[in-house]
Amino acid sequence: MARVKKSRVNRSAGGDISLLLVVLLFAFLMVIPMYYAIIQSLKPLDELWIFPPRFWVANPTFKNFQDLFQNLNDSWVPFSRYIFNTLFVSIVGTFGHVIIASMAAYSLSKKRFMGSNFVFSIIVLSLMFTTAVTGIPTFMVMKNMHFIDTYWSIILPAFSSSLGLYLMKQHMEAMVKDAIIEAAKIDGAGEMRIFWTIVMPMVKPAWLTLIVFSFQGLWNATGATYIYSEDLKSLNYAVSQIVSAGIARAGTAAASIVFMMILPIAVFVFSQSSIVETMSSAGIKE
Amino acid sequence: MKFKLKRDRDQEPRRKLTKKEIATRIWNDRVAYLMVLPYFALFVCFTVIPVLISIFYSFTDFNMIQTPNFVWFENYTRLFLRDDIFLIAIRNTVILAGVTGPIGYLLCFFFAWALNEFTPKVRAVLTLMFYAPSISGNAFLVFTLLFSGDSYGFINAWLIKLGVINSPILWFQNTQYMMPLVIVVLLWTSLGTSFLNFIAGFQGVDRTYYEAAAVDGIRNRWQELWYVTLPLMKESLMFSAVMSITGAFSIGPTIDGLVGFPSTGYAVHTIMHHLNDYGGQRFEMGYASAIATLLFVLMVVCNKVIQKLIRKVGN
Repeated sequence: MARVKKSRVNRSAGGDISLLLVVLLFAFLMVIPMYYAIIQSLKPLDELWIFPPRFWVANPTFKNFQDLFQNLNDSWVPFSRYIFNTLFVSIVGTFGHVIIASMAAYSLSKKRFMGSNFVFSIIVLSLMFTTAVTGIPTFMVMKNMHFIDTYWSIILPAFSSSLGLYLMKQHMEAMVKDAIIEAAKIDGAGEMRIFWTIVMPMVKPAWLTLIVFSFQGLWNATGATYIYSEDLKSLNYAVSQIVSAGIARAGTAAASIVFMMILPIAVFVFSQSSIVETMSSAGIKE
Repeated sequence: MKFKLKRDRDQEPRRKLTKKEIATRIWNDRVAYLMVLPYFALFVCFTVIPVLISIFYSFTDFNMIQTPNFVWFENYTRLFLRDDIFLIAIRNTVILAGVTGPIGYLLCFFFAWALNEFTPKVRAVLTLMFYAPSISGNAFLVFTLLFSGDSYGFINAWLIKLGVINSPILWFQNTQYMMPLVIVVLLWTSLGTSFLNFIAGFQGVDRTYYEAAAVDGIRNRWQELWYVTLPLMKESLMFSAVMSITGAFSIGPTIDGLVGFPSTGYAVHTIMHHLNDYGGQRFEMGYASAIATLLFVLMVVCNKVIQKLIRKVGN
């Protein structure tokens, strides 16, 4: 603490306070909509119909969440099925992405093989556009591979997300010293062994980051383009349907929004420091 | 000339390898190739091939049923000369991406810098508050509750109560309000990966630089930011710029969630929507591919130009 105090040169009390006020004001603005979603989701029916709507809740209840699960469980495709679909896709996709991207990142950062620079440069190029642009040809590719209307149409593209590979590669380059790998080689360890027992434990923050990013992406994926069977559709899709139902289900709609945001936020809270550490080596080198 | 000098200094003179030497090299690195292979195969399938297919079909009149004919640049000339909606889409994309991209980038930078002034615990809490909207997927849909078109929507109800309006406003169907509202929501979700990257970037700056700068006559935090911190953070600036630009162009789904597709009066119809319209609804694949190719080129060019500009920081 003392060190922090001492290093704070060029700071004035007035500046500190006004900066704090500006930041708090904006933080407040960022949180208001989420706060509104939470109080709406906790309002009992009679409070939802008070005019004008209140910005607090007098008798909080979990009725809306119960409705979300119970009433929708009676619908054609039960709500729990959407949850299962999204969880399955998120977990398998994330797991595969971390392993496949880490292996490739290790090879690209530590083995200077012929063509490695070329491979990496097209991956960096792919960071510069969204895959949404290529939705139609991707559909054709999927159709030829018979992945349409299966979980694989969401999972396989997630395996090859370029942001994950990029972050992992940069982090390995910064954190894993060549000398350690050389030493392991002299001791007789094979490439796969070096990768699993030496490199991967050293880049733990990076794979935690990949887990968080990949999970967020898949958790929020709609996948509506590649999947048309109702019982394979995602949670995000179901939630948008509920929200668009309008005022009759205002409470349930808010509950479903809250339900969607709990998990990504919780995951981020636990991994924040790892993500920041990974990001510190993410810069694009000239 | 410059290039030549650099090569002489950095590399041994390059000799053409014989086929046999290439084969041995590849064989020696076989494990490295095998480790990249699973990733790269999927990457080629779902990223490289689709881009190539898109470019190829953009020169044809492919419609999913008949064999495609080559029409060369007809799709492109039609886009610019005979498609009024496309011109609206360009205008909207320029406005939406041009406002939310740069402002989002500056917000990320400013708040990351401001948060760096606080103690680690306060910083962690504030980081979560700013970052949460961009990760919680559908959370932006809460704006459809706040700005709901009926009189029980929060904004409408209070405006009626206070006597500002007499009847509820259909916020997301009224062409007058759609654009500004969409911009607000997009900015609300814009503090994503770029923001985290800046947070890390500011933490990575060695504090001794600040002390040295104070001795050299830097007087306040603004001078410190401009003369000391910014030049040290070039790599973060570049990476965040890429993230912000890509984000600014992938706003389609958020807009769909707010105003539906197609939007009323094409008020927030972007190039991405135009692409979905022709590709996903009308199945004019050749034409849609031309739109996709243009959008692709636009994004990559934007990125390259911005990177050129950022390289100049501090020089």
